[in-house]
Amino acid sequence: MNSIGLLVILAIYLSILFYIAHWSEKKSHSKWTNNPYVYSFSLAVYCTAWTYYGSIGVAADSGLGYLPIYVGPILIIPVWMIILKKIIRISRVNKISSIADFISLRYGNSRFLGALVTIICIIGILPYISLQLKSISDTFHIVTKTQSSDNIFADTTTYVCLALSLFASYYGTRYVDASEKRRGIVTAVAMESILKLVFFIIIGVYVTYFVFDGFDDIYQKAALLKDFDKKNSIGGITNAINWFFLSILSMFAIFLLPRQFHTAIVENNKESHVHTAIWLFPLYLLIFNLFVFPIAWGGNILFEGKNFNSDTYSLLIPQLFNNNTLTVIVFLGGFSAAISMIIVSSIALATMLSNNLLIPYGFIGALENSSQQKNSKRIINSRKIGIFSLVILAYVIYRIFILDYSLVSIGLVSFVVIAQLAPAFFGAIFWRRGSKKGAVTGIILGFIICFYTLLIPYAIGITKSTSLFIQNGPWEIALLKPFQLFGLDYLDPIPHAVFWSLLINFLSYFAISVSFKGNYRERNYAEMYVDIDKYITNHEDAFIWKGTAYISDIQKVLLRFLGEERTKRALTIFNLKYNIDKDVTTADARFIKFAENLLTGHIGTASAKILISSVVQEDKISLPEVLRILEESKENIIINRKLTDTSNELKKISEQLKNANQELVNKDIQKDEFLDTVTHELRTPITAIRAASEILHDDDDIPEELRKQFLQNIISESDRLNRLIDKILDLEKFETGKQKIYLSKNNIIKTIQKTIESVNQLAKNKGIAIEFKDSSKEIRAFYDEERIVQVIHNLLSNAIKFCSETAGKITISILENDTNIEVKIYNNGKTIKIEDADAIFDKFYQSRNQNIKKPIGSGLGLAICKQIVEHHKGSIWTEINKTEGATFIFTLPNYITTENN
Amino acid sequence: MKKILIVDDEPNIVMSLEYTFKKNNFEVFIARDGQEALDILQNQLPDIIILDVMMPMVDGYATLEQIKKEERLKHCKVIFLSAKNKEKDIEKGLSLGANLYVTKPFSIKKLVEQVHELLQ
Repeated sequence: MNSIGLLVILAIYLSILFYIAHWSEKKSHSKWTNNPYVYSFSLAVYCTAWTYYGSIGVAADSGLGYLPIYVGPILIIPVWMIILKKIIRISRVNKISSIADFISLRYGNSRFLGALVTIICIIGILPYISLQLKSISDTFHIVTKTQSSDNIFADTTTYVCLALSLFASYYGTRYVDASEKRRGIVTAVAMESILKLVFFIIIGVYVTYFVFDGFDDIYQKAALLKDFDKKNSIGGITNAINWFFLSILSMFAIFLLPRQFHTAIVENNKESHVHTAIWLFPLYLLIFNLFVFPIAWGGNILFEGKNFNSDTYSLLIPQLFNNNTLTVIVFLGGFSAAISMIIVSSIALATMLSNNLLIPYGFIGALENSSQQKNSKRIINSRKIGIFSLVILAYVIYRIFILDYSLVSIGLVSFVVIAQLAPAFFGAIFWRRGSKKGAVTGIILGFIICFYTLLIPYAIGITKSTSLFIQNGPWEIALLKPFQLFGLDYLDPIPHAVFWSLLINFLSYFAISVSFKGNYRERNYAEMYVDIDKYITNHEDAFIWKGTAYISDIQKVLLRFLGEERTKRALTIFNLKYNIDKDVTTADARFIKFAENLLTGHIGTASAKILISSVVQEDKISLPEVLRILEESKENIIINRKLTDTSNELKKISEQLKNANQELVNKDIQKDEFLDTVTHELRTPITAIRAASEILHDDDDIPEELRKQFLQNIISESDRLNRLIDKILDLEKFETGKQKIYLSKNNIIKTIQKTIESVNQLAKNKGIAIEFKDSSKEIRAFYDEERIVQVIHNLLSNAIKFCSETAGKITISILENDTNIEVKIYNNGKTIKIEDADAIFDKFYQSRNQNIKKPIGSGLGLAICKQIVEHHKGSIWTEINKTEGATFIFTLPNYITTENN
Repeated sequence: MKKILIVDDEPNIVMSLEYTFKKNNFEVFIARDGQEALDILQNQLPDIIILDVMMPMVDGYATLEQIKKEERLKHCKVIFLSAKNKEKDIEKGLSLGANLYVTKPFSIKKLVEQVHELLQ
């Protein structure tokens, strides 16, 4: 492939990428850019060219050594999720935009600490960026089969650098507030993560299944090579310790690398996205590593004895087989891995550089008296220049220091440098006593150690142990040998440096924090960081500050950075949140914290503090006083929470009371209706009796036959009255549970026949035929016969009453299943409406729903039937017939069911 | 001879009323519910109607509403005779245009007197 062709492909690829960023920046609220998968894939910026090419090199040269860098993150993931959530919360409420902000705020908005962290990060990451540039350049030359040139204008990497700087500075600095989300960048990075994984899988499959005959084939052939076994075992306690330190190192890296902090925390716009990342991210790493081994050993087999750079096997193999397309695809994957890292790292570093170094130490004075537009422009420009200068610096390192080292070794040196932040970082969220002095001392001492044991040897290019400095130590002091410090001689250089630097770092952080207490601000933030969940909603409440300050002064500072409109809006929100009158002129601690927060995203925590301090009169507070106030605010928060709980409980109770009351009201209405209907029902026979009696009493010349008729009326109406009273009492007894059921063994067939006989005459009178199927069977069950007769009688009477006037027909049938017997009574009269199906079993149902229409019958019969059947543990219902007729069904537990119970 | 229409679904009550009014020289018509009453009113013009409220099918209130709609029946006197004796029931009955609302149980003698009074 010639250079021009590859350059064209690169240009196309980059423009597609820029287009994705552009598109997602525009759609920054759409679900395409705001989903947990974009978040999880953006985390895979962890896998750089180092992973893409370097792992293969390590696997080829030293076997399983490539694994710890991925084992660490995978092992730490469960803990990572918990810690990550905490850090996300802290960062969100404090508008933190970088790891330097995060650490310096915790140790009392320390300007010095912020700058120190920034410098450490830049020292650690710049060579790492150079490494990516080196990989782009190396692989470019392999694909095009050219040699690198000394002329910078002929070097492709120069142009790639320029394009990336432009891209990063354009999409990375769109907002003055650095804690704002950059959806464009994140989506592009996520996209690249997917691409590099897919491309890597493609080459993996190609090597494993097309070049070779599957994993087994590679393994068998590789096993014949010398050193295979030695390389592919952990190999004794020494190596295990090496492994252990490397895993620890990569665990730290996942938290502390500026690009990881940036993608995982600053760009997190929903805490719940972490839930997806917790499985997707380790899965990603796992899949990535799946093909490292076959490619590495495939390369070893194919290029045995040729001494090629094993980092580039994934390109060399397809090239060997003249597969140009695949070579370019692999190259693009590596290119993606490299540029994502460069872009995200340069943005993260540039933010730190401007917010934690340039502004607080440089032009903060200039910002104090300018207009908002000028300030915003200045801040953004400082970041743009930051991005450019960082990339250029990395380019310079790449050009000047000829990087002979493998990708992995430089990557690991970076990790060790960054790991110096670990004690201060984890102390920040778990240990209240951790102080600024401790953090500063720890980081500086740790850095000096790793400078001595790693950076010096690496910088002067004497990793091969031929140099006297390394062989014998400076001035031949054996204890000071950089790779065997104090006689520790069984660790590899990297784990050795990790061990000593972190040990000294941690011990000094611990010792100094314990010996010298931090000032009140540190202690104040310590409480907030360690207990973030407590302060998450009203974190301004937990901020302690004493002195005199005027809102108008602070407002002027805010105006210079936020502009008029945003300042006004922020103030309104603050007043609403804390219910503060807008005429109040003095600022309290909450307002100070609020204002600092607003500025933090723009200029970093330290500068925010400096600016606010410049317009307020702050009094010193003693540490005991801080603790007392904190205690109070803690109590306040607890009391507040208790009050909220109590009020919620009261709300719940009042809701319950309301419901109970409504139920009572409903019951009362029901009771009134019931009484109404009962009195009406009772009055009707009384009326008839009274009328007949009056006539008999007043009228002497009434004919004999009529006189008898009236007397007969009186008798039948009296009976009706009596029956009604019986029914009401019956129902009342069932409803209050006073009614007893006397179960005995009976034959339901007989019971039904008995009942049919009692209504037979009535049916005959109306010309209705009653058909009883199954009348020859014998089905036994336990029930109270008198009561069941009552039920069947009632259903039959109703059936007769509602039966068709002509050719009336009633059918009774019985069904027995495993648990029940089911009695079905059908008549061919009118159908029952669906809406009535359940309600007809309520007492006086008609009375409630057809208020003034006359109920047929007492309106109590079915209600009593239901009570009786349910007291037998059966059920009763009506089947809705579509065409004609009504069917009533009731069930009783059968013989076996009752026996078993 | 005055005409009276008795509308009630309780046969025993109807029987007492029928006997009494016949004895008092009324021509008596009988309906078992509102629909029947309206059917009879198609052909007859009674001087007075005794109307129960709670009846199957068309109830007393609805029946009276229908009656009041017809110009021809406007001058018919109407007495409600009902077991519903609540204030609001009575008010509703009278507001629909009944001349009297008598609650059950009632005195037949008194009812006859009230009918006579109304017809004078």
